[in-house]
Amino acid sequence: MSRIAPVFENLRQRGEKALITFLTAGDPDLATSEQLVHALVEAGVDLIELGFPFSDPMADGPTIQLASERALAAGTTLPGVLDLVARVRRHTNVPIVLMGYYNPVFRYGAAAFARDAAAAGVDGLLLVDLPPEEADELHPQLKAAGVDLITLLAPTTPEARMVQLAGEAEGFLYYVSMTGITGTQKVDAAAIAEAVAGVRRESRVPVAVGFGVATAEDAGAVARFADAVVVGSALVQVIATHGRAPGLIEEVQRFVRSLKSGVNAASVSN
Amino acid sequence: MSLQPDSRGHFGQFGGRYVAETLMPALLELEQAYRAAQADPHFHREFESYLREYVGRPSPLYLARRLTEHAGGAKIYLKREDLNHTGAHKVNNTVGQALLARRMGKRKVIAETGAGQHGVATATVAALFGMQCDVFMGEEDIRRQALNVFRMKLLGAKVHPVNSGTATLKDAMNEALRYWVTHVRDTFYVIGTVAGPHPYPMLVRDFQAVIGREARAQFLEAEGRLPELLLACIGGGSNAMGLFHPFLKDTGVRMMGVEAAGLGIATGKHAASIGSGSVGVLHGNKTYLLQDENGQIAHAHSISAGLDYPGVGPEHAWLKETGRAEYVSITDDEALQAFRLLTELEGIMPALESAHAVAQALKTAAQMGRDQAILVCLSGRGDKDIHTVASAMGVEL
Repeated sequence: MSRIAPVFENLRQRGEKALITFLTAGDPDLATSEQLVHALVEAGVDLIELGFPFSDPMADGPTIQLASERALAAGTTLPGVLDLVARVRRHTNVPIVLMGYYNPVFRYGAAAFARDAAAAGVDGLLLVDLPPEEADELHPQLKAAGVDLITLLAPTTPEARMVQLAGEAEGFLYYVSMTGITGTQKVDAAAIAEAVAGVRRESRVPVAVGFGVATAEDAGAVARFADAVVVGSALVQVIATHGRAPGLIEEVQRFVRSLKSGVNAASVSN
Repeated sequence: MSLQPDSRGHFGQFGGRYVAETLMPALLELEQAYRAAQADPHFHREFESYLREYVGRPSPLYLARRLTEHAGGAKIYLKREDLNHTGAHKVNNTVGQALLARRMGKRKVIAETGAGQHGVATATVAALFGMQCDVFMGEEDIRRQALNVFRMKLLGAKVHPVNSGTATLKDAMNEALRYWVTHVRDTFYVIGTVAGPHPYPMLVRDFQAVIGREARAQFLEAEGRLPELLLACIGGGSNAMGLFHPFLKDTGVRMMGVEAAGLGIATGKHAASIGSGSVGVLHGNKTYLLQDENGQIAHAHSISAGLDYPGVGPEHAWLKETGRAEYVSITDDEALQAFRLLTELEGIMPALESAHAVAQALKTAAQMGRDQAILVCLSGRGDKDIHTVASAMGVEL
């Protein structure tokens, strides 16, 4: 079993919600990403989504597009990201989910990827452009290796499809809060509360909500009805602004602590 | 050999539906609507009547006598898609998709475009049916194809410049997909080639298959038999698939797709995805791609904006794998020479895309007998490329 379920179980017992943060591995370079992961955990992040860059990030807005470009320019590859996870894993048990597009994984090879990802200490894989219908090649390999394949749901997903996907989900479900790309619109928590509640009723795993969560206030609003809140572009923007500057780690931790306090406030009131 | 993809849109290992969850329901809805339209004789009558009265079909099949004489071998016939309304084969598909969009109650259409031909063809049908139209085009292509950009604007479309990545067709498609994901509830995405997620490769092929159906009947009428060889240029591959598909069961007819070799395959600056690419997943389908060993998409290069794409339609990938079709490539220089030759010998200025097929016809015809014949898809006319040709000749306009 991956490290994902125990983390959610602990939080549930304490009556808390999870904070998940996304960062692009290799932006600005892999050594900095390694420091950032530890800094995030120290600041209270419960689960790390580590993006591996792709040349054509079709579901991402400008912030993550640019982060991917910087990471690729710095020479980041999927094998390099797996090495990063293996290094990080020596010091932390935080669940790590790799996130990206299918082609780099396909080129790596399904069996080899599942084996190497599990060995490095990867807990889950989230592929934006691999719907369950196309996962026949990869899913059995991941399952055998003990790596969860995270399923996405969208506001456009019809009820029957949602019920089916939620019933088969592993690790956690990622509910995309809007029809759109990452980091371009603000989440409308009130508008999705009911839909997320519906998903939680059907789901065998915790439900995380992402896209458009940029502030402590957003995070708090979403944490009232979701099991986890995902913050991506807003954190990537903080990393972009400070880059290799000496204040990067401090700024990132300051931002993450504010997100965490937003989530915790909602947890207590729930 | 099956002529249709499986129920999830796979042609062998290729094709499929590799998209974000947000788009999955829209694709399933589109497939359902398309299958219903296919089964509806009224839809076919409507499509055929627009092709006849608006596009000007059937397009002629023309025996290029002086070109044939110059090549010194097989007869070269040209399927004149350049004579269609808007100047290329692209309009066959946009008429079909616009009718489908109207049937589905969608009043907004979007499109990606490389050379601008598909953008113009989409803007044209949007004007015809009173739809709102947004076209995504790479900044590099906007520079190369100023005439088509202005045409689209005159037709009432909004042209969105795309400056991410390589600022060409691939990036325009990324941006169109991003826009579609954001506006999927009321927007119909008119994909311009036989690529993208299922059902697009199938439905674009079906709308373009009118090329091959007409050409087959016209050739039979002219020669009383079928041609030895079909030739067409390949970017995404829609004119080629439209020509090839009605001949797939005619096993005596060879088929050859012509990719862009750009500055030469050895230079790495080309767009020959089938010839020198490898299997991968991009823009919703699994196919041959130009990519590095880590699965990052490589830059394509071609003098012709319409061929400047690092992938190819999945059905072509499958025809290559099964051996039913062959794929070769022609350089920028060879295409320019063919452009000038066809202009000087026949008074026909081809699009630079189509000039690739003409260049291959000249090569292959010379190796064939005078009693044999090649049928070339002349997919578009060359007006849009005059500036590129002039600049290649060192002429300032």
